Amino acid sequence: MVRPIASLLLAATLIFACWVNLAQADAPRSTAGLGVVIERATGSVLIVDRSAHKVLQRVEGLGDLSHASVVFSADARFAFVFGRDGGLTKLDLMSGEIAGRVLQAGNSIGGAISDDGALVAVANYEPGGVRIFDADTLEPVARFDTGAKTIGLVDVPGRRFAFTTWDDGEAWIVDMSEPDPVPLIVPGMGAYPYDALISSDGRSYIAGLFGEDGLTLLDLWQDEPEPRRILSGYGRGEEKLPVYKMPHLEGWARAGDRFVLPAIGRHEVLWIDAASFQETGRTQTHGQPVFAVARPGGRQVWVNFAHPLNDTIEVIDTLTGAVIRTLKPGPAVLHMEFSPRGEEVWVSVRDAGQVLIYDTETFAITGEFPAESPSGIFFTARAHRIGL
Amino acid sequence: MPELRPALLLACALAAPLRAAEGEPDPMQLERLVLQDCGSCHGLTRKGGLGSDLRAESLAHWDADGLARVILDGIPGTPMPPWRPIMTDAEARWIADYLLKTE
Repeated sequence: MVRPIASLLLAATLIFACWVNLAQADAPRSTAGLGVVIERATGSVLIVDRSAHKVLQRVEGLGDLSHASVVFSADARFAFVFGRDGGLTKLDLMSGEIAGRVLQAGNSIGGAISDDGALVAVANYEPGGVRIFDADTLEPVARFDTGAKTIGLVDVPGRRFAFTTWDDGEAWIVDMSEPDPVPLIVPGMGAYPYDALISSDGRSYIAGLFGEDGLTLLDLWQDEPEPRRILSGYGRGEEKLPVYKMPHLEGWARAGDRFVLPAIGRHEVLWIDAASFQETGRTQTHGQPVFAVARPGGRQVWVNFAHPLNDTIEVIDTLTGAVIRTLKPGPAVLHMEFSPRGEEVWVSVRDAGQVLIYDTETFAITGEFPAESPSGIFFTARAHRIGL
Repeated sequence: MPELRPALLLACALAAPLRAAEGEPDPMQLERLVLQDCGSCHGLTRKGGLGSDLRAESLAHWDADGLARVILDGIPGTPMPPWRPIMTDAEARWIADYLLKTE
């Protein structure tokens, strides 16, 4: 059977490959200004130079990269790429070579790296649970079988990890500084947690719920954290709109003295006070938010949207909560990644096959390059942040 | 307007709304939808994720009409949404056939 999309993709890939080869540099690289762009449909990633706005290299052979994510080694030399198919690939950003790869499960959703950089953890849908690997060798170190689809895996200070089960709403906290860690299991997180984040101070673990009108907070500074519902009833009992893409919760949620969070099944982002966790406001948005990402420093929040309203980004002013700018980057805006100080943001536009770079003060496009169905963009500065 | 550039306009045209050609499914657009948008829950290779396994062999006990109904109406109480608001019957049927026939 002729697959028109496949042949188009192939042609585009070949053209792109020639172009990338010209751009490749043999000079030694510092990795501090680099990043990785996921090309979800072709199992490849681009190593990019953030300051030069350039692709340095394409690396292939990483498997099914739909919903792929990346964490970085403590020295930002290596990217650990978590694929949907359970593949964990360790990519050397200095050489562009694959330094190691394991197929650690059948179906995965994301990963994390411990605060000391020694352990890489992967959350799996099937078989449900978390597996932990030595970051140097990718040898298995530990596994925690939850018996359920496992989401919201984050690193927690103190060589710990936290994660949550979709099916039965349990949060698990594992302390890998212990020789034989026994998970602390916190039940009652709520119905169908779909993702979770940890605040950049490592204290607040917030899980979004698909099956309930609200989110759940754990205070990880407590020895025995108790789940606390926040934003309970934010949907006012109204029927959710059909959700064509689950929102994502990421550790860029703090803007000023508030957290900003995507509502599910509603055209809204929700603001809560970062101390009391009480709702302080809402912003009506163009569509159902997928990412609501605070610009580093928190001055603005950039929001992208679920299918079929996913050609748009709205920029919200943190002080007023008002939408101050609407951008139309193109079809299927999947992800936004800010430079570490927030002066620019890179945007993946999947169905245009492009990454666009915006100046966050002027909103002008200052760079762009082709990419094959780009999704996640990850800069190495994440290596030095809790929860990323 | 820096956002409106020729390359993007072309891409936007390619990704026109599913309802653009009422009653006449556009195979290229629908294949993209299956791979990319269904794929965000069911995986690009359709072997499942938060959503169930949609590979042809796993759907063998379904007929196309039944599958098309699930696509249009969703499965209440699960994350599978009803696609009827943004999809025609003919498009849902095309996707059902595609899922059953394409490895």
